[in-house]
Parts: sequence; structure tokens; C-alpha cells
Amino acid sequence: MEKVVPAKDRLLKSKKSWMDGEVRGRILVFLSAIIMIAATISITIFIGQKGLQAFINNGVSLIEFLTSKIWDPTNQKNPVYGALPFIFGSFAVTFLAALVAAPLGIGAAIFMTEIAPSWGRKVLQPVIELLVGIPSVVYGFIGLTVLVPFIRDHVGGLGFSLLSGMIVLSVMILPTITTIATDAMATIPKALREGSYALGATRWQTIRKVLIPAAMPSLLTAIVLGMARAFGEALAVQMVIGNVSKFPHSILDASGTLTTIITLNMGNTTFGSVDNNVLWSMGLILLVISFVFILIIRYLSARRKI
Amino acid sequence: MSSKTSDRIATGIFVTIAVIIISLLIGLFYFILVNGVKQISIDFLTKPSSNLLAGGGIRDQIFNSFYVLIITMIITVPLGLGGGIYMAEYAKPGKVTDFIRVCVEVLASFPSIVIGMFGLLMFVTLTGWGYTILGGALALTVFNLPVMVRVSEDAIRSVPRDIKEASLGLGITHWHTIKTILLPSAFPSILTGAILAAGRVFGEAAALLFTAGLSTPRLDYSDWNPFSSTSPLNIFRPAETLAVHIWSVNTQGLIPDVKEVANGSAAVLVISVLIFNLLARGIGSLVHKKMTASK
Repeated sequence: MEKVVPAKDRLLKSKKSWMDGEVRGRILVFLSAIIMIAATISITIFIGQKGLQAFINNGVSLIEFLTSKIWDPTNQKNPVYGALPFIFGSFAVTFLAALVAAPLGIGAAIFMTEIAPSWGRKVLQPVIELLVGIPSVVYGFIGLTVLVPFIRDHVGGLGFSLLSGMIVLSVMILPTITTIATDAMATIPKALREGSYALGATRWQTIRKVLIPAAMPSLLTAIVLGMARAFGEALAVQMVIGNVSKFPHSILDASGTLTTIITLNMGNTTFGSVDNNVLWSMGLILLVISFVFILIIRYLSARRKI
Repeated sequence: MSSKTSDRIATGIFVTIAVIIISLLIGLFYFILVNGVKQISIDFLTKPSSNLLAGGGIRDQIFNSFYVLIITMIITVPLGLGGGIYMAEYAKPGKVTDFIRVCVEVLASFPSIVIGMFGLLMFVTLTGWGYTILGGALALTVFNLPVMVRVSEDAIRSVPRDIKEASLGLGITHWHTIKTILLPSAFPSILTGAILAAGRVFGEAAALLFTAGLSTPRLDYSDWNPFSSTSPLNIFRPAETLAVHIWSVNTQGLIPDVKEVANGSAAVLVISVLIFNLLARGIGSLVHKKMTASK
């Protein structure tokens, strides 16, 4: 009598269970995602905890830190930790740089999408990509060797000034603004343009009255992203701004920013000392501001019309 | 003013803006290359740098830059790829996915100096390593990860749906489909993105100041034992990269030929980044041609 083999033994089976690979892959991919979350959270917690130490352990007054114009940590008897000049310096260069870069960037975006869509994009796109590629220290170095002497000789002051910082930063954030603004302009539906032209509007009227309002939230996002980059930039600014702890009174005055003072003093102060801890507090301010920028961007993208 | 005139003026302004930007780029490159290339010589590229005397080279800095870059990419690429696959294939719409997206966004917007400070806290002080190449590479990983995740996610999402569905329809499992269908199709774009990210890492200095340090020990290039302290391959030694070198000679350098060294280094740096960009374009289209039927 023939032996009956049960069906499950007659089936060909792979030695490797397919579920193994599936599960392993899933685990690997999940792990990567978790590492990303962990990195973000741990940076926030570590910098937050370290940044608050100056106020909690060393008794530096938070009000004084945020509002005093005097930065004098080396004073033996009565050291004063007023970060206001640096906070002001950071915001000043950021806004000034955005003031220069925003019209240029959006103008370039309009040039690429509206004025010369065929060849303009072919020429300007690689130019923007190359500008992104230049490292920030090189921008700083060129600022130091070309811009600073030029401003000293032809405009006035020492050359190391808010103005130099503003120019270097505006060149640095120009590609960011241009790229995002170009994407924004390019995604505007063609119908809007054609509708406007059909009503007899000129190209400029179309751009000003139809396209820019339609793209406004995205254009603002571009500017805010550029500002976020300018706010966090350290070395390029540090090389041209003069790094003084005084409150600047004109655009030609030397100044300091949060990033520059951190860069300069982090290596010269003992880890754990008050002088060092206040630098971490400034790092915390940078972190908080970058969260604020993200909130603004999220608010803007929620209002995006197109 | 008639609308025709204002239209013409506006057009003129937009063209002027384009011209300004183009001449800005030409000016920058002219300055970097004209001043820098004449400093570059075999001697400059193969001599160690000097702290006090003129005539130092940038041999160690170039090596460090590439070495830090390679180690960063070894860590970043798998992690970024994993994150990208997760976001493109596994993430279900909902709170967790939104949160990860926020994390990527936040991570991308952190100032690099803050990442450097985190690196100082985590990889230098907490681990007790001191300034090391590994610490620098890990800090750069944090800096680079969001870019890599976005690049891989976009690349995987842009693979045509039909290909994926055909594979799933043949009974191939999800992970196997990702491995054998999606990743190869997305490979050219991922590679291009990775090389562009590498260019960004290569020029980054602020995150490295407090993690990889401002000095390089005396290196012995005949020593290939990665555990020896004079070996260039040792990942637990401090390393000043090219970008950091440009900053440090300009701000705290004592050598008399600061300008020459900085000019030459800047040229080497910019040329390297340019090569990365060209490679990204070249390899991207080459691989694309090889792997697909398109011309």
C-alpha cells in the first residue's frame, strides 16, 4: 500500500522563513526613525538642561540676562551677564540680511518663472546651486579680506560692522530664499496667470496683483527659512562683525551676536563655570528661536492657498 | 505712468536682479580661484601645517576633511535611508508620523553651532573621549541626517506606483519589494542627494569646532594601525578639517602667511565642493541611464 504523504510535507519550503527578512527590515527601519526622534529630543533636553544651569545653580538673574546691556563676566567683584547686546545683534543682522536678500531672492524667482521661463531658469538655477555649495567659512573669509577693507576705506568705521555681517549673511541666505520662492511661483496654477492676462493685465500687473498675493504664504516661508539660517550662522558672521560686547548704535558699529560669542568664548572658559554656563544659556536662546521659526513656518504653510 | 511703462520698468528691475546674482557668483568664484589657485602647489598640498612659521601646507587638514566626511557618510547613509524608507513606506498617517516629520524639520533647522554644542556635551564631555574624529562625525551625522532622510523619502516616493504594485502582485513581500524593486529604482536620486549632502558636510565648520577640535596631532602616514595614536586612521584623535582651518588661521592664527594659506585652503575647499556637485550630476545621470531604459 502506498504511503500517503500529508499535503504539508509535500510542499516545497524555503529554509529561510520569509517572515524573518520582513521583520528584520521593519525593525531596522523603525530603529532609524526612532534615532531621529531621539536625536531631536535629546538635543532639546541636553541644551535645555545645560542652558538653565546658569540661572538655577549659579544664581544668574534671568531678567538681567535678557535685559541688561552690560556684558562683563570678567569683573572680579560684580560680574554682569547681560546678553541683550548679543540678542539684539543676532536679530539685527538677521532682519537686515533678510531685508536685502528677500527682494533679490523673490525677484530672481520671478525672473526664472515669469520673465524668462526657458533660458532664465537654465542660467540662474546652476548659479543658485553653486552659491549654495560655497561653504560658510569661505563666505566669511571673502568678507574678511574684501568686504571689511572696502567698507573701512569707502564707507567709514572700522569695517568690522553690522553692515559687513548683513552683506555676508544676505549672500548666504539668498539661495535658500530663491529656491523656495521659485518652487512657490512655479506651483501657481497656470489658469490664474491666463485669467489675468485675458483681462488685459500687463505682466507686471499680473505678478503684483495676482501671482505674489497667491504665493504669499510660501514666499514668507522662504524668507523665514532664510532668516532661520541667518540667525544660526556662526563662523561667517564671526569673521566680519567685530565681536564686541557693546550695544551697536549704527549700522557701521562693530557688534556681536549670540553665535559669535559662543564660538569665541566656548574654548576659553572652563566647562561648568558660570562664564561657560551663560554661553549654554545663549545656546538655549538659539534653540528656542529656531523652534519659534518652525512654528512660524508651520503657521504659514497651514495658510497656504495653493 | 501708463501700465505699459511700469511693466517695462518692472521687467528691467527683474533682469537687473538676475544680472546682479550672476555677477555676484562670477565675482566670488573669480576671487576664490584667482587668488587661491596660485597658492596651490604640490608642496602646499603635501606639507603639514605650521603653527608659527610661514610656508605651512594643508596635508593633514585635507586628509582629515575627507576622513571625517567618509565616517560621517558611513553612519548617515544607512540611518537616513532607513528613516526615508520608514517615512515613504511604513509610516501610517497619524500623530506618530506627524511627530517624526516635525522632528526632521526641527533637526534640519537647528543652527549648526547648537549641534556642535550638543556634540561637545554628548560626544566630548559625557563620553570622556575629548575632541575626536568620531565625535565630529557623529555631530555631523545629526546635522546631515534630516537632509538624507528627505532625499531618500522623496526618491522612494517618486518610484512609479505600478512597479511597486507589480512586485507586490507577484506575491513578493513588502520588505523584499523595497530591497529589490524600490531601492534600485530610487538609487540614482539617492546617490545624487548623498553626494550633494557630502558637499555640505565637507564645508561645515561650526559643528566641528567643539567636537573634532582645532588641532591635529603629528601624523605618521606609514602607520595604518587604526588604534595607534599617530595613525591618521585613528578615529579617537582630534582633527582639524579644512573648513575649520580656514576659520582658525584667520581668527587665531599666528603664522605670517595667513592670507596665502587661507586663500589656498579656500580654493581647495571650493574646488572639492564643485567636484562633488559635478559628480552628483554626472553619476546621477550615468546611473540613471544604466539602470533604466531611458536615454
